[in-house]
Amino acid sequence: MFGYIIRRILFALPIAIGVSIVCFSLVYLAPGDPLQTVLPPDATAETIAIVKHEYGFDRPVPVQYAIWLWHVVQGDFGRSIASRRPVTLEVFGSLANTAMLALFAVPVAFATGFAMGAIAGCYPGRILDRIVTGAAVIGVSLPNYWLGLVLVIVFAVEYMVLPASGMGKSGSAAFSLWRWSDAQFLVLPVVTLTMIPIGIIARTTRAAVAEVRSQEFVTTLRAMGLGEGAVIRHVLKNASPQVLAVMGLQFGYLMGGSILVETVFTWPGSGFLLNKAIINRDIPVLQGTILALSLVFVATNLVVDLLQATLDPRIRRA
Amino acid sequence: MDGGIASLPLLHVDGLSVDFVTREATVHAVSDATFNLKPGEVLCLLGESGSGKSVTLRALMRLLPEKRARIAGKVTLGGRDVLALQGNALRSFRGGTVAMIFQEPMTALDPVYTIGQHLMEAIRRHKGGSRAEARKRAIELLDLVKIPSPERRIDAYPHELSGGLRQRAMIALALSCGPQLLLADEPTTALDATVQIQVLVLLRRLQKELGMSTIFVTHDLGVAAEIADRVAVMYAGRIIEEGPVDDVLRAPLHPYTAGLLASTVHDQSPDQDIAAIPGSPPDLRRLPPGCSFAPRCAKALPACNDGFPHPTYPVADRMVRCWRALPL
Ligand SMILES: Nc1ncnc2c1ncn2[C@@H]1O[C@H](COP(=O)(O)OP(=O)(O)OP(=O)(O)O)[C@@H](O)[C@H]1O
Ligand SMILES: [Mg+2]
Repeated sequence: MFGYIIRRILFALPIAIGVSIVCFSLVYLAPGDPLQTVLPPDATAETIAIVKHEYGFDRPVPVQYAIWLWHVVQGDFGRSIASRRPVTLEVFGSLANTAMLALFAVPVAFATGFAMGAIAGCYPGRILDRIVTGAAVIGVSLPNYWLGLVLVIVFAVEYMVLPASGMGKSGSAAFSLWRWSDAQFLVLPVVTLTMIPIGIIARTTRAAVAEVRSQEFVTTLRAMGLGEGAVIRHVLKNASPQVLAVMGLQFGYLMGGSILVETVFTWPGSGFLLNKAIINRDIPVLQGTILALSLVFVATNLVVDLLQATLDPRIRRA
Repeated sequence: MDGGIASLPLLHVDGLSVDFVTREATVHAVSDATFNLKPGEVLCLLGESGSGKSVTLRALMRLLPEKRARIAGKVTLGGRDVLALQGNALRSFRGGTVAMIFQEPMTALDPVYTIGQHLMEAIRRHKGGSRAEARKRAIELLDLVKIPSPERRIDAYPHELSGGLRQRAMIALALSCGPQLLLADEPTTALDATVQIQVLVLLRRLQKELGMSTIFVTHDLGVAAEIADRVAVMYAGRIIEEGPVDDVLRAPLHPYTAGLLASTVHDQSPDQDIAAIPGSPPDLRRLPPGCSFAPRCAKALPACNDGFPHPTYPVADRMVRCWRALPL
């Protein structure tokens, strides 16, 4: 197992490096000249050359990458073109805001989705299964910005029990989970965000549980005299590596922040920041955000791999 | 035997039928099976693929899907009505009174649990006790089935063992709670030839030592001759002949049994043709009204298509279902 952990970490490193190269290349992949936004339209050739030199664009690309990476490793992503603030502050501030949504959305979505899927998978074809499967399809196919708007109309506009958008008057910096006057702003975005993961996890769990239940060893367990509860424990343990893989992806998406949901609720998270950065062609912010989110994905995958290996001994040898 | 209590049957199966009901059709997997098993006796179930051997075993242990399998008849084990067992009584019966060994030990064990976890869960389910006690007993069981270095192997996962060791672990699991009746569904078919013999010898020895009644499903008449006290031959869901192994294999009463014997390569000179039975078994969804073997039977009469023959006992202790039981 120890060897497996080391190997997985070593595998994750080249992926992280690959991700950083892609992020760096954004400057060149984005259409148009990266300097276009910084320079005044009437800049002289001389000014352009100076600015180019300042940003390091006059050096060979690999050198630029090495310098950029060296700064990134030290936590320096440069400054936002739009706000002139350090990118690190912008990225981590927004990532923290999104993480606050995820902090609630992840346990709610994972527990609900897993429970729904497990029940449906244990009673395939029964009423309960049909209800769960139907609900999962609705959860997955409802456009969540639409759902967000409906929730706002019902709970914020009609009944006025919950705020419609933003983070409240204390704002992003002073936001406290322990004050209802702040925390109430979380409710509607969290509910909206959980719908798709609940649907996807419920469907995956149902399929995995139903598949495991049809395997022969389940008959052996019954032949051993085990009761239904004990059998279900075996089935869930067998089904969980598959479910974990999907949960990892959903965790990544939730940490990435939904551009649509965060925009609907004007929640200053990473989705919101990405949206702003794209509109402003704020390449340093884009690079920083995407790199940070990608690393969250890589780390999540690593954790999922290790969890899967603890649950299923056959994986450890692969 | 002194003809006393020991010769009373342990298991009494009377008119057991299993139908699988689906929306499109009803599969008559087992029809009207009747047989007895005395304590310590080994019965071999013989028959072609699809003749209902596995379904019979599963019915005895109530392992068939409750909703789809319609079971009729009477099964009594040690005086208890097996088909009426419910809830906790049924769960104690499974594993505690009857245990099963499956054909494929790779798929029959939970891949994410160790051998020891399987054994300990079964032991604690039936006998209670602490984890430490259960573990000690599990090691004893692995030792009993001759798994080398059981203290180490107990923590192995099924995929870490060879096929032979896996099947031994499966046997240990079946024996863990001291069953009175052991059901073995082709326990050696999935193994290599040499390993087959070792596992067979082990099973035979344990069966004798522990005095368990055993029903053993096999395709192999040689195996049956080796280990059985009695054999029952199944065809299309029916037991068509039953009796002491030596008598049945030496002088079969049913043409199908005779055909089975003739189609095994044993004791035949190479230049002799292997007499296979022509044709194939009937569709279990649409059984013919008469004897289901009649369409393939060289000795069939017109009367054979009229109704399924009742059991007859041409010789004491032997049963056959044939209008034209072969003369002895
Ligand atoms: N759960 C089920 N639902 C429907 N039909 C079934 C089910 N289980 C078994 N059958 C049918 O019952 C018949 C008898 O099957 P069974 O497994 O008992 O045969 P078998 O004698 O054990 O054959 P083999 O030697 O191949 O193991 C087969 O035709 C099979 O298709
Ligand atoms: Mg079978």
